[in-house]
Amino acid sequence: MNKIWLVLKREYITRVRNKTFLLSTFLLPIVMLLFIFGSAFFAMSSKEKLKKIAVINDPGTFRANLKGDSASLIFDFKDNIDSTNFSTKGYDAVLNLNNDSASRKFTIHSKKQLGIDAQGLIESTLDRAYEINQLQKKGIRKETLDSISKQSKGAFKVENRLTTAQGKSQEVNAQLNYGVGFGSGILIYITMFIFGAMVMRGVMEEKTNRIAEVIVSSVKPFQLMMGKILGIAAVGLTQFFLWIVLILVLSTAIGAFIPHELVQQAGEVNKNIPMGGSSAMAMKLMDVKQTASNVNWSMIITCFIFYFLGGYLFYASLFAAIGSVINEDPQEAQSLMLPITMPIIFAFIIMTSNLNTPDSTIMVWASMIPFTSPIVMMARIPSGVPWQQLVVSMALLIAGFLFTTWLAAKIYRTGILMYGKKASWKEMFKWAFRKS
Amino acid sequence: MNILELKNVQKYFSTQKAVDDISFTIEQGSIFGLLGPNGAGKTTLLRMITGIFYPDNGEIFLKNRHFDPVNDVRYIGYMPEERGLYKKMKIGEQALYLAQLKGLSRSDAMKKIKAWFIKFEMESWWNKKVEDLSKGMSQKLQFVTTVLHEPELIILDEPFSGLDPVNANLIKDEIFNLAKNGSTVIFSTHRMEQVEEICDHIVLVNKGKKILDGSVADVKNQFKQNVYRLGASTNAHNLMTYIFEVIKHQPNELLLKLLHDSTTNDVLKFFISQDIQIHSFNEVLPTLNEIFIQLVEGTPYARQFEKMN
Repeated sequence: MNKIWLVLKREYITRVRNKTFLLSTFLLPIVMLLFIFGSAFFAMSSKEKLKKIAVINDPGTFRANLKGDSASLIFDFKDNIDSTNFSTKGYDAVLNLNNDSASRKFTIHSKKQLGIDAQGLIESTLDRAYEINQLQKKGIRKETLDSISKQSKGAFKVENRLTTAQGKSQEVNAQLNYGVGFGSGILIYITMFIFGAMVMRGVMEEKTNRIAEVIVSSVKPFQLMMGKILGIAAVGLTQFFLWIVLILVLSTAIGAFIPHELVQQAGEVNKNIPMGGSSAMAMKLMDVKQTASNVNWSMIITCFIFYFLGGYLFYASLFAAIGSVINEDPQEAQSLMLPITMPIIFAFIIMTSNLNTPDSTIMVWASMIPFTSPIVMMARIPSGVPWQQLVVSMALLIAGFLFTTWLAAKIYRTGILMYGKKASWKEMFKWAFRKS
Repeated sequence: MNILELKNVQKYFSTQKAVDDISFTIEQGSIFGLLGPNGAGKTTLLRMITGIFYPDNGEIFLKNRHFDPVNDVRYIGYMPEERGLYKKMKIGEQALYLAQLKGLSRSDAMKKIKAWFIKFEMESWWNKKVEDLSKGMSQKLQFVTTVLHEPELIILDEPFSGLDPVNANLIKDEIFNLAKNGSTVIFSTHRMEQVEEICDHIVLVNKGKKILDGSVADVKNQFKQNVYRLGASTNAHNLMTYIFEVIKHQPNELLLKLLHDSTTNDVLKFFISQDIQIHSFNEVLPTLNEIFIQLVEGTPYARQFEKMN
């Protein structure tokens, strides 16, 4: 135990002192925020482009009701403009409402392609204008129409309440659950890859430095492996903690100095980039602060820590076993890593494609099996999981972790002293199941 | 007292009988040479003694007790042939870490490292990294980390490879010193002249089996061929005799092999009777190198892979 602690301490200290650790810890949140605000900025500047459209040959149906929105579209009814001279008169396009056929197809001439968004907007504006026109024809006055649409717009909201086992009804926030589940699932997914690779490289360290034999003559290979895995977990947790602190500090600072509009826009962009990771999470959490109070945060955080550590330990020992059988050449790692990364990716796919139905059969099963449970279960937890399922899943994960560690330790013990030759799956299987 | 005893130790790998039924004992305070050609099973044997491998069969006793790989590592210092250090770690911290892994407390380890660093003039290295050291320098550091925890059994696999003569002597003196202070040294090499110079007792293994065991003097006696060197000015034509056979004839020196049951005195009498002046007369013992080659030669040099059941 004491020796595991010594190895752990060395792994932790050498890694935390390393320049790359400091760089990635402090630069990543900054880069991430720059990315979010940068894309928000570009999104805004591209929207500012106003399109001026000249409308000709109006049969009279549209003139009164065709209104662009001031931000992106302006309609001008003119007579002396045609498809040849619109740009010299300062218009981006000319819309010809002269419709001979019954097909209801109008032509719009422009120098540059309008784009799907703009075209769609023009069509819906025409539809709306036509609708109003038809209603007016049936005798409804414009004022009546305006006041009705004013009253009815956003007049109703639907709130989903859950009936709990005790028969109480409870408010749910589907969007928040979605966000939290997705966010933590992704976080576990990404960290499993990052730290798994870190463990693999860490295990190779003894081999590439040719110190393995010296070390295993003083500590048991199992102690060395556990020390490494736990040390790197500690590094990961430290980095997480620093990221969260940094992101909170930075986003508060940014909130104070940057126009409100841009921050809002950044939030919008965020929703469209699921890979935004923890900072997206942080921003989202701030957005929904008001409705967040009735979510069981302590439950979510406890489960997150459990599944993060459990998933990490489950896979880290497998990564360590792989690291011990390969040599200096990282190319060799690729083929051996594939069977380990597949279930992680599989879990991620299950999670993303079934996020809307957290109680579906596949989600329930995937959240039980240790190979996929850390990612999938985290996506289910915010929307509530029966405690029996949670207990079974946790127990299976612990059992799975003990099993992979035992298996990896046996492969590791032989692999770490092998030089010059990559072990095959068959050999690794033999090492794992032979008597010591 | 025997510090180490191996009884019928066996270790089979999937394609090799790496160690096939080897037994020997090592006395405390001796310098023991474990010899053998490449691939004879030396490293496997050493790995079993250091607890890295478990023998398939047979027993190992350390200090007359069953060897316990978990707790007995602090009595053993092992410098493997395949050696290295953490390249990115500072030298002082590295020595400290390795010593603590052997079970020394931090303050103890610190004190001992300082003493050794002063002895080997390495004080200025403390904050350097291993990647800044030359090969010889890192070898010195390795030796220090091997003996730092004052192990009773020190195992050195090719300790002089890559060292210049000055540093090799430094290490050699230290090995003698450690043996004098009661440590036992197992010394594995295929450099026979070093073995002759340093070792008290040798074991030769080949193809996983022990083929020679004894003190250096005994082994040499066992393989002597009654050859003597005689310093005298002689002519070839007056050396016809049934007492000896001339192997090599030089103007001032003869190499003789005794024939039948003749004794050295017979030889001397023969020359005295011929009134030939003798300057010197001594027995020529085979070198370990010759014995080694004689024993190992004839067996296929490289081990063949065999199918094991």
